[in-house]
Amino acid sequence: MVVRRRPQRGHRFTESPVLQLALQGWRSRMVGLLLMAAFLALVMRSFYLQVINNDFLQEKGDSRYRRDIEVSASRGKIIDRNGDMLAVSTPMKSLWAIPGDARTMTAPQKQQLAALLDMSVRELDAKIASDKTFVFVKRQVPPETADRIAALKLPGVHQEKEYRRYYPTGDMTAHIVGFTGVDDKGLEGVELAFQQSLLGHAGSRTVIRDRRGNIVEDVGATRPPQDGKDVRLALDSKIQYLAYSHLKAAVESNKAKAGGAIVIDASTGEILALANWPTYNPNNRQHLSGAQLRNRAITDTFEPGSVMKPFTIALALEKGKVRYDTIINCAPGRLTIGSATISDAHPHGALTVAQVIQKSSNVGTTKIALGFPPKEMWEMFDSVGFGQAPNLGFPGEVNGRLRPWKNWRPIEQATMSYGHGIAVSLVQLARAYTVFARDGELMPLSLTRVDDSVPVHGARVFSPQTMRELRAMLEMAVQPEGTAPKARVPGYRVGGKTGTAYKIEGGVYARKYVASFVGIAPISDPRLVVAVMIDEPSGGAHYGGDVAGPAFSQIMGGALRTMGVPPDAPIQVADAGATKGAL
Amino acid sequence: MVRFNMILLLIAVVCALGVVTSQHRARKLFQDLESEQERARQLDVEYGQLQLELSTWATHPRVEQIARDRLHMVTPDAVGRVVVPAAKAAAKGGR
Repeated sequence: MVVRRRPQRGHRFTESPVLQLALQGWRSRMVGLLLMAAFLALVMRSFYLQVINNDFLQEKGDSRYRRDIEVSASRGKIIDRNGDMLAVSTPMKSLWAIPGDARTMTAPQKQQLAALLDMSVRELDAKIASDKTFVFVKRQVPPETADRIAALKLPGVHQEKEYRRYYPTGDMTAHIVGFTGVDDKGLEGVELAFQQSLLGHAGSRTVIRDRRGNIVEDVGATRPPQDGKDVRLALDSKIQYLAYSHLKAAVESNKAKAGGAIVIDASTGEILALANWPTYNPNNRQHLSGAQLRNRAITDTFEPGSVMKPFTIALALEKGKVRYDTIINCAPGRLTIGSATISDAHPHGALTVAQVIQKSSNVGTTKIALGFPPKEMWEMFDSVGFGQAPNLGFPGEVNGRLRPWKNWRPIEQATMSYGHGIAVSLVQLARAYTVFARDGELMPLSLTRVDDSVPVHGARVFSPQTMRELRAMLEMAVQPEGTAPKARVPGYRVGGKTGTAYKIEGGVYARKYVASFVGIAPISDPRLVVAVMIDEPSGGAHYGGDVAGPAFSQIMGGALRTMGVPPDAPIQVADAGATKGAL
Repeated sequence: MVRFNMILLLIAVVCALGVVTSQHRARKLFQDLESEQERARQLDVEYGQLQLELSTWATHPRVEQIARDRLHMVTPDAVGRVVVPAAKAAAKGGR
């Protein structure tokens, strides 16, 4: 048997002849060393980049993923005493562009954008023709429109969040609430007066965003945004509406130039309503005129006329010069002091002091006023707040004009006793009348809510006894024999005083009038002071009782009912036809 | 010794993977939180807008106009009013 040995074809790896070659040992060591050196270089480089000099890479990384974002805060709301909205901010978008980039828009794109923004293509072109690097295309764009614009993906057009202020009550509360500018800063009224607390403070945070723009992590310190605080006014929007609508009706029916009305809660000094005419819509402030913007009740002074008489009489009663039933001879309706003559609109004979108020006799008041020294009269005017700003914190409050007593001439003292030669604002007048409502206390006024759990007190000016007598006289003025029977309110005992003053034009009294009525109710326990002023009535009537009296009656009646004040007088059925108040 | 080192290495690798996964999950959760917060802000804005709308619909001039013109309501005149004494009203449970 032949055994054929298979020739050996291969051999085991370890027996490979290549490996049998004898190489010099330094070569392998050399390669090993080089590799080691290369690795070491890499390690050192990465150590250098990541540990020693890491700022550069850190910065590059941050610039790609880290973002500082501002968290916007909204402006506080203004609400009335019952929580009804008077001013509220809602987010809007402002549209801005980098003109260089925006000019690359195609014509159809421009047309689309212009159509969405309610502007012509030419206007749009004019905006982006600017050589600045930033222009606002349009501000305060509604969010829905802004979303549609964002969907167009226009080159160089960007959006920014901002707020717009809305005033749901519109022109009704325009003067008291005021308005803000386009950058959310208060410009007028309460918006300006309470700017500090209404203003929100934007917060900021530093975040890491991923490739898709999602925020994945908060890094560093975050500052939470602080929303502005809400301001709760003393205003009652229902009473405000009553005051506003009746004032407007009175101004229109008397063809007057302007008017103002104020309602004050006598127990707290809160301003429940403050209306002016003409007014404006704060939501759309194009074509505004100065006359519309003026808050007459607070910033305008006028010579008040006879509404000042009760203060003169109160001083006389207080000083014991006269009693309410002292007879004053007012015949023949004229009185000459120096070279000037004072006269009554309707001549009267002998009147009691109470009738002087009821009939509003200038002669009677003058005779009483000349009984005391100028200083005493000045002090009384000063102590009821004339000649000094009412301290509401409202922008544009005026002091009025009360000249120092040292250079009063007798004729001036005489005219001041019935409200000429002295200038006051309607709010000062209304505030001064709180002394009659509060048994002689002059109440501090407040635009914001007052905590009424503790009784609020003002400075005492007159004694309660004098005030009781004065209230009786004021009530007489609205009786049929008085100057203002039209100011009566069915169901309530009211009292007040009319004023019909000549206006000064160019230093002389013109045949133009300011008709006013200031009153309190209910007489048995006064809760409200209402002051109405109508500027230049020219519809025939110009007496305070005929012009401002009916408006007073409507406002007072409505406000008393709104507040649920129980009636203190039997309702006269004969008056039924006269009650067409607001709901 | 080598085996022990291998086990340590394995543990280190598992831990490293764990860190990566939990970081990923943390970011996912953070994104969810972020989007919920965004939704809360959106709803807040919407609430504000609805409040605004409500007060616009409920302005007194509008209410009065509808009451007068559409519902033909009138303020009752003096004859139509009954004054309830305060004590009696309180006994009945207020106005």
